[in-house]
Amino acid sequence: MLYREVGQYKTNYAADMALFPILQDRIGIAVILAIAFVLIPLSGNDFLLNAVMIPFLIFALAAIGLNLLTGYCGQLSLGTGAFMGVGAYACLKLTTFFPNVNIIVWIIASGFFSAAVGALFGLPSLRIKGFYLLVATLAAQFFLEWCFIRIPWLYNNVYSGNIVVPSRTLAGVPVTGPTATSLTRYLVVLSIVVIMTWVASNLVRGRIGRMWMAVRDMDLAAELIGIRLLRTKLLAFAVSSFYCGVAGAMLVFLWYGGAEPDVFNVDQSFISLFMVIIGGLGTMIGSFFGAALIYILPIALREVPAALGLPLYPATVEQLQFVIVGVLIIVFLVLEPNGLARLWQIGKQKLRVWPFPY
Amino acid sequence: MRLKHLALGLAVVMAVPAAVTAAQAENGIFLPQFTYRTGPFAGSGIPIGNGIHDYLTMLNERDGGIGGVKIISEECEDGYNTQRGVQCYDSVKDRHPVLVTPYSTGITEQLIPRAAVDKIPILSMAYGLSASADGTDFPWIFNAPDTYWDGASAFIRYAANKDGGFGKLKGKTIGLLYLDHPYGREPIPLLQALAKDYGFHLKLYPVPLSSMQSQSSEWLDIRRDRPEWLYIQGWGAMNPAAVQEAARNGFRMDHLVGVWWSGGDDDARPAGPGGKGYTTLDINNVGTNFPAIQDILKYVVNKGKSQTPKSQVGENLYDRAVLNAVLMVEPIRIAQKLTGKKEVTGADVRRGLEALNITEARWKELGLPNFAEPVHLTCSDHNGHSKIFVVKWNGTKWIKQPGSLEPIHSKVQPLIDAAAAQYVKAHAGWPKRTEPCQKSS
Repeated sequence: MLYREVGQYKTNYAADMALFPILQDRIGIAVILAIAFVLIPLSGNDFLLNAVMIPFLIFALAAIGLNLLTGYCGQLSLGTGAFMGVGAYACLKLTTFFPNVNIIVWIIASGFFSAAVGALFGLPSLRIKGFYLLVATLAAQFFLEWCFIRIPWLYNNVYSGNIVVPSRTLAGVPVTGPTATSLTRYLVVLSIVVIMTWVASNLVRGRIGRMWMAVRDMDLAAELIGIRLLRTKLLAFAVSSFYCGVAGAMLVFLWYGGAEPDVFNVDQSFISLFMVIIGGLGTMIGSFFGAALIYILPIALREVPAALGLPLYPATVEQLQFVIVGVLIIVFLVLEPNGLARLWQIGKQKLRVWPFPY
Repeated sequence: MRLKHLALGLAVVMAVPAAVTAAQAENGIFLPQFTYRTGPFAGSGIPIGNGIHDYLTMLNERDGGIGGVKIISEECEDGYNTQRGVQCYDSVKDRHPVLVTPYSTGITEQLIPRAAVDKIPILSMAYGLSASADGTDFPWIFNAPDTYWDGASAFIRYAANKDGGFGKLKGKTIGLLYLDHPYGREPIPLLQALAKDYGFHLKLYPVPLSSMQSQSSEWLDIRRDRPEWLYIQGWGAMNPAAVQEAARNGFRMDHLVGVWWSGGDDDARPAGPGGKGYTTLDINNVGTNFPAIQDILKYVVNKGKSQTPKSQVGENLYDRAVLNAVLMVEPIRIAQKLTGKKEVTGADVRRGLEALNITEARWKELGLPNFAEPVHLTCSDHNGHSKIFVVKWNGTKWIKQPGSLEPIHSKVQPLIDAAAAQYVKAHAGWPKRTEPCQKSS
């Protein structure tokens, strides 16, 4: 009743090709953006901003990056953590050499370094597929992690080996470093994530995205209809790594404010892959769902016993949370192997015919 | 399609944000505790968490808190994961803790730049960034009673004492087996400097986080290099593995010396009789033979007010945690005296920390005679560089060795100054100290 597109005529191509062709979707996205840009900042809750929203958005962006590669182009990768690391270290070096350039420019620019490294490690993808490619990208993960620990130049020779984030300002307002408020950092992260999500969702609907999907569905057939595999796959690796690199730079500069190399270990790669798989391969919204399930759900679960007044030890809560999240992941995957995004789609379909289903 | 409905419903319920806990209205001094009772570092984390919890609970039960104000202590589980630790910090920050003790070098390093902004002092007791001993550059960070550089220099002094003087170290090979992590790498610059001065060869054996439980390749190298002395800078599951490997490889146990964090009872015990003679540096005494620890047993453990098994009370890491708790509480007491307020703030406690002076007599008053060396902090020295004990494992428990070791101050101080300067330089725009100095009380 509420969610029906009946009577919404598309009278030109632009309307037909719009990102959100249905009016209700447009209203919905406007409401979500209003909540994200106005309501959440107004709440002024530091914990919500700094410990929940900023990391959630950053992980969602990394998941989008991996989703472009794995979900849309069908290339499995376990190098996400390392590619995020390349972005972070590139951003550190760039802002060290050119401290006067706006840090946001460098955060975006660091994605290009990550893209180059990603394309390099994507080269084997022409020859090897599936799990074998997964192993090849794992090599990238270990090699880059080794670089982050063993090449002191990368972290400016700080003897502890940690990335140290200098204070940088945007129009006089501190954006990175300890004096930057969580609100500023949140708004910067949100803006970058919204714009990059918009770019990505248009990318996958266009020629490039269709090429990726053709390669994913059957690369031999794609080759026969004239898609050049090497270019397409390398482009997927490059774009995916670009997103991961920007996410990595934001992780260190806009969330942690400093990091040890261990942040970009193989766990990060696995977590990103889980986010994509649980959220839904080959969907934009799935990346957000996946990031929410893997990152926000544990935080929410930890608050439950306290909210109910249960006298549980924090360590017990921690163990319980591992069990519950693990079970939920299995439950969701058993009930809907195509991920949370598919559930969302089913929900929308049901809503469309509600209250008179046929 | 019932199941799909169920999943859909479940997803909707999940989407509803969890209710945020109402802020506690209770009055008192808020002292949050970051613990890691889960994960690969739990073996070290559990006795630490228990010791701090029990001492603070004992003060609440016996004295009604500090100066009549109840201590509100709350644990936040971080699993020794830096990301989770920062999350814990964010979750407690707005409730105005007077002091935080991250209990992880990684988390400490994340929080150092934020301390001055949030006005919450950080006590990283004998861990964290060695350079933060410099109070001029790090007014909000305290790492009493010793830095890792004090520790490593005390180890060299110990080795020299056993071998018959610093001159005897010349030409010898000394190894460092360390966790390849910011924490583990801390002693390297000092040992390198000492190697140059005393002419010994320093061999480094990094143990990656991912393989800390199987150190076979590192021990192959150790067997090849045959170092005279081996210093362990390990934590969590790395320690028992190192001691076991040493016993298996026939390394001379009395030449295997751990930093204080490698001295857990559960670190030495798994090696069985082969672990006998394993030596570690220490900053606290061991055992239950102290009035304050008897009080912990009486008011807390025997009454079932803690998770601590009775046998754990008096273990090395447990007593270490009691030392940590004392160093948390004493500055609050001093701050109460300095300000005349009962409910002090983070800024007051920072002043209290700078005026901290626990003499031998004060240790006795606290019910902990000879429990630790005197700790004296000043405005510029946030560490104290106290003397260091040595304890030896006798197969079943740690035995404190007579005497204590003086760190090699002349080597440590220049490194601290240089490291602090480097840190400030790397953090462009590091704030200058504006806090006035507290006159020593």
